Amino acid sequence: MRVAVMATCLGDAMFPEAPRATVRLLRRLGVEVDVPDAQTCCGQPMVNTGYLDEAVPLVRTTVSAFAGYDAVVVPSGSCAGSVRHQHRMVADRADDAALRRGVADLVPRTHELSEFLVDVLGVTDVGASFPHRVTYHPTCHSLRMLRVGDRPLRLLRAVHGIDLVELPRADECCGFGGTFAVKNADTSVAMGSDKARHVRETGAEVLVAGDASCLMHVGGLLSRQRAGVRTMHLAEVLAATADDPAGVG
Amino acid sequence: MARTFVGMPPFPVAARSALSDTRLRRNLAHATGTIREKRARVVAEVEDWEDLRRQAAAVKDATLARLDEHLLTLEAALTARGATVHWARDAADACAVVADVARAHGVDEVVKVKSMATQEIGLNEALAAQGIAAWETDLAELIVQLGDDLPSHILVPAIHRGRAEVREIFRTRMAAAGRPAPDDLTDDPAALAGAARLHLREKFLRARMAVSGANFAVAETGTLVVVESEGNGRMCLTLPEVLVSVVGIEKVVPTFGDLDLFLRLLPRSSTGERMNPYTSTWTGVTPGDGPQEVHVVLLDNGRTRALADEVARPVLRCIRCSACLNVCPVYERVGGHAYGSVYPGPIGAILNPMLTGVGSDPATDALPYASTLCGACGDVCPVAIDIPGLLVHERVRVVDAHRADPRPKPEALAMRAAAWVLGDSRRMALGERASGLAGRLRTRRAAPGGRGVLGWLPFPGSRWTGARDLPTPPVESFRAWWRRTGRDEGQGRR
Ligand code: SF4
Repeated sequence: MRVAVMATCLGDAMFPEAPRATVRLLRRLGVEVDVPDAQTCCGQPMVNTGYLDEAVPLVRTTVSAFAGYDAVVVPSGSCAGSVRHQHRMVADRADDAALRRGVADLVPRTHELSEFLVDVLGVTDVGASFPHRVTYHPTCHSLRMLRVGDRPLRLLRAVHGIDLVELPRADECCGFGGTFAVKNADTSVAMGSDKARHVRETGAEVLVAGDASCLMHVGGLLSRQRAGVRTMHLAEVLAATADDPAGVG
Repeated sequence: MARTFVGMPPFPVAARSALSDTRLRRNLAHATGTIREKRARVVAEVEDWEDLRRQAAAVKDATLARLDEHLLTLEAALTARGATVHWARDAADACAVVADVARAHGVDEVVKVKSMATQEIGLNEALAAQGIAAWETDLAELIVQLGDDLPSHILVPAIHRGRAEVREIFRTRMAAAGRPAPDDLTDDPAALAGAARLHLREKFLRARMAVSGANFAVAETGTLVVVESEGNGRMCLTLPEVLVSVVGIEKVVPTFGDLDLFLRLLPRSSTGERMNPYTSTWTGVTPGDGPQEVHVVLLDNGRTRALADEVARPVLRCIRCSACLNVCPVYERVGGHAYGSVYPGPIGAILNPMLTGVGSDPATDALPYASTLCGACGDVCPVAIDIPGLLVHERVRVVDAHRADPRPKPEALAMRAAAWVLGDSRRMALGERASGLAGRLRTRRAAPGGRGVLGWLPFPGSRWTGARDLPTPPVESFRAWWRRTGRDEGQGRR
């Protein structure tokens, strides 16, 4: 099986820990991993702000970069959701039959990380070790766009040594919302403050989620508060082992 | 006298001041939290809830696809049963019809059943301009009216008020509008409801004309339906001699049997009840019983605009249950006034721009952006409107409406620039090398995990760093790491 990792623009440029951990984890599970050079961004920031024309070249790039792989693994619920639920709209806008076909071909091959592990590889115990108190925020697009359900939690529960505590009002949005975070910064922060409060109530040392973007927002608030809570991507926790606690190689 | 939403600041600004209203935050968090829980509990009881939602969506879609025919059937049925049907293209048309009826009967006051359509067209203000008083008889609507306030919720217009505030409004304002509140009024809910009952009873018994909306209009029979909790609506619908109902054209359902579906979905979604206390139905004029003159105003006011847009059309499925408001994390924090319309929350964020069109009013254009696209609204909507999808659709329409602007907004320029950089991996890699240099900057503070912390950025970055830290960019991008090490592990492509 030829598997490609979609780093996502944010993962590539700002949070390389997440895609690195994804590569590491998949290799440990015996998957042959590739990272196509040509990939950039799925176009979600443009689409969700209403700039469809601007998203067209990005969707083209994505479709061609990942052509030919059996599976594309995305360590982000919202970027996987963007490919699966929004790329068609962009192709329609471009009114390009070839692009439409390319999108239709990419969609079923695109898996969010926890989906790939649980559904395609059929594993929940990935052999990780992470002896810390952890709480998990199930980001909105993973939860309500992709419907990943409890897959991430099943993966986390199987991690050796983990002290996994439930996050109060877990399924409520953290307030990031892409450009919402700056266009409606005050409301975004009000929502994020409540999320950060719930995280702190758990006494967790680490907040885990499957989207670097939401973690950047809640993590930014926690850091400002000197809360003593760090944020980590799900991939990082699953990549961590007793020999390689950082999980990034 | 009455305040209106006209001239309110756009959402981000209005939201900012709402966020610092501590009482509003507390009242809303409490009220929406309670109703959310109630709804979740009673919805969980219905095994085939998802099927019901799908069926309801299908009935609505099929009806909307042949709306013209259904409306003519409705008109014929109503006329046959002695009602007079009026067609209103816009708010002014509709208000004029109601005012004409009032004048024809020489009345200077009407009692009102809570109705979103009459709010939407600003009927109370239009009647007031003609010297006709419109008395709201729904408890929450009465609180809003007496307090010279604006509604902030579709179902519970005074949701932003606590009971101490309600007591104060009743004590100070009731006397000017009719029977005063008792001197010893407490803020006990039963006492407040009792005061409202006495105050309103006087109006019910005196008024000769009533104005209502309708939750549903059955085409085959000409039956209008009002669903409510208090019974005050039924007072209005039965006591006066003349009844005028303002009904949005999307309220039509083809057959009486279709009501079954909607009457199961609506109360559980709106008030979290298995069944609402009062469902009133009336079909034209019933000789010797109830109003002997019945008018129905079929209202367009932008609905055909939404109907013409095939993607937007499902917005007309909305049965105004308000479940999307109650579950919305944005609405919960800012309340309804920030949306600047009688339709707040997620439904308002799509419906208002769809009814009025985008591209000319900055406040309307800001509405589709008043959401994180978290999707909670779409999940609870009883008629399965893809609200997040339609929010994106409206954003696209807003952006497109401004594409020809002579001076593009900074956001548009930024998006174009980002699309150019991200359109090609070499350009992106170059950008990452530049940000990697910034990543070498020594910062005063490190975040847990070791990355440096940027605590302050100049505008527009300050929009982020005003309350949130940002890590410094990584010295090495993922792309660069992969080039340096990833492939060499012998498991890569080559
Ligand atoms: S959009 Fe759906 S959830 Fe919102 S008020 Fe309308 S019917 Fe209810």
